[in-house]
Amino acid sequence: MLDVVDLNIEFHDHLIPETVVYDFDLHMDPGDIVGIVGESGSGKTMSALAIAGLLSRHDMQKRGQIVFNGTELLTCERAKLRSLQGNEISMIFQEPMTSLNPVRKIGWQVEESLRIHTGMTKTERYEKAIEALSDVELPEPEKVYHMYPHELSGGMRQRVMIAAAVICKPKLMIADEPTTALDVTVQAQIIELLKRINHKQNTAILFISHDLSLVKQLCERVLVMYQGRIVEQGETEQIFHHPQELYTQNLIKAIPKIVRNFEMR
Amino acid sequence: MKLKKRDYSFYIGAVLTALIVLLVIVGIFYTPYDPDAMNPADKFAGVSLRHLMGCDNFGRDIFSRILKGTGTTLLIALCTIGIGAGTGTVLGAVTGYYGGVADEILMRFNDAVLAFPSILVALVFISIMGSGKYNVIIALGIVFIPSFARIVRGEFIHYRNLDYVQSAKLMGAGAVRIMFVHILPNAWPVLLSSVIIGFNNAVLAEASMSFLGIGVQPPDASLGRMLSESQAFLFSAPWCALFPGLMIVLLILGFALLSEGLKGRY
Repeated sequence: MLDVVDLNIEFHDHLIPETVVYDFDLHMDPGDIVGIVGESGSGKTMSALAIAGLLSRHDMQKRGQIVFNGTELLTCERAKLRSLQGNEISMIFQEPMTSLNPVRKIGWQVEESLRIHTGMTKTERYEKAIEALSDVELPEPEKVYHMYPHELSGGMRQRVMIAAAVICKPKLMIADEPTTALDVTVQAQIIELLKRINHKQNTAILFISHDLSLVKQLCERVLVMYQGRIVEQGETEQIFHHPQELYTQNLIKAIPKIVRNFEMR
Repeated sequence: MKLKKRDYSFYIGAVLTALIVLLVIVGIFYTPYDPDAMNPADKFAGVSLRHLMGCDNFGRDIFSRILKGTGTTLLIALCTIGIGAGTGTVLGAVTGYYGGVADEILMRFNDAVLAFPSILVALVFISIMGSGKYNVIIALGIVFIPSFARIVRGEFIHYRNLDYVQSAKLMGAGAVRIMFVHILPNAWPVLLSSVIIGFNNAVLAEASMSFLGIGVQPPDASLGRMLSESQAFLFSAPWCALFPGLMIVLLILGFALLSEGLKGRY
């Protein structure tokens, strides 16, 4: 479904060109959940933005191929790219506080993809939106539909974002650190939700995070990135239990472990 | 229900504006006297039941002229703002959203227009195109574009990189949709304030242009025109200046209060 071959991203907006992603390769089939882990600045978000088609076309050079269901995303026409965005490929962002438009009602924003990509009537869209809002387990979807973003908590907003992202039943959903801004219990719920959406709609998920424990819970395969390169990739089990590369080993070692201290009084 | 301060300004403003608009509409169909008919017998007639606001130096009924003149002033101000804010918003949106070379060129051009006093620019336009109501509208409209373009551009530069705009882009929304459906409503409060200031400036600009003799041409009535005509006999016949002046004050006040209240609702 998705094939990324030798993707290189190079910025030209300074005097010295700067490469942020080297030789990125990725293959995803429908229903796959793949994690990308790496520290800040390792190029994981850049790769994701490139796949989503969100990197502007000037000021940077992209080499390689991103083929999504037969369409080459890097070179295809903008109109073609737009027809895929939101419809087949969707994305949720890190910061739920700023990723919803403050002057539009929740329902309007959830429906936006439908409005752009389908010729549905108002009532059809309303029903779809309510369905999507209840799919992401928001209480009282009819009420939430008429609310503004500032009336919702961070966790609820992230659910709204997910509802907006899955309403067109996309084939691929890119989640760029969707839980970083949320507290731990809400994180776990969002992960469960992503899993359920993956099962129900067979949506492939590209999950980007620096939180290894979340990646371990959710993903089947993991890519480890460091300084713009993929240093290691493989099945989650294998990466976590038998890491081959030194960087991965150090990364796994750095996961805090809870050791019970029975001698504490 | 307890009314908040903003609600008061909204209702007072709404009533004032509605009254003025009503007067203007009445003025289109009916005036007690022909606003342009001169009557030497009534020259400088004072306030009376026959002439509610008295008469001017040609014996024309001031109340009738105000009914007509407010309409002219309102028309000029609204059209000016329509041209200025409309074009300015589109220009500012496009330059702010895309940035780059087009932005640089248009904004430097903008700076050049802004650098001249607006009356001077309007004067140049008028001397090229000739005076009259519609040319005043076009001249003032063009003069008002740069300030709106600048304000909207600033807003768009701020909004274009926000997450929800990215997210809209990712939903497949086209540039026009993002600019006018996703971003513009966010810029609305700022735009609204500048529209009000612009409206008030337009009323005053029309008055000053008419005063300079390059605005509305006699015998057409406009509030600014009436004000400037009456200043020669300000002491002998104060009502000639008082009522048009009062009307300008009410017009601006009503609109300002209305918008103040509207802003509170956003």
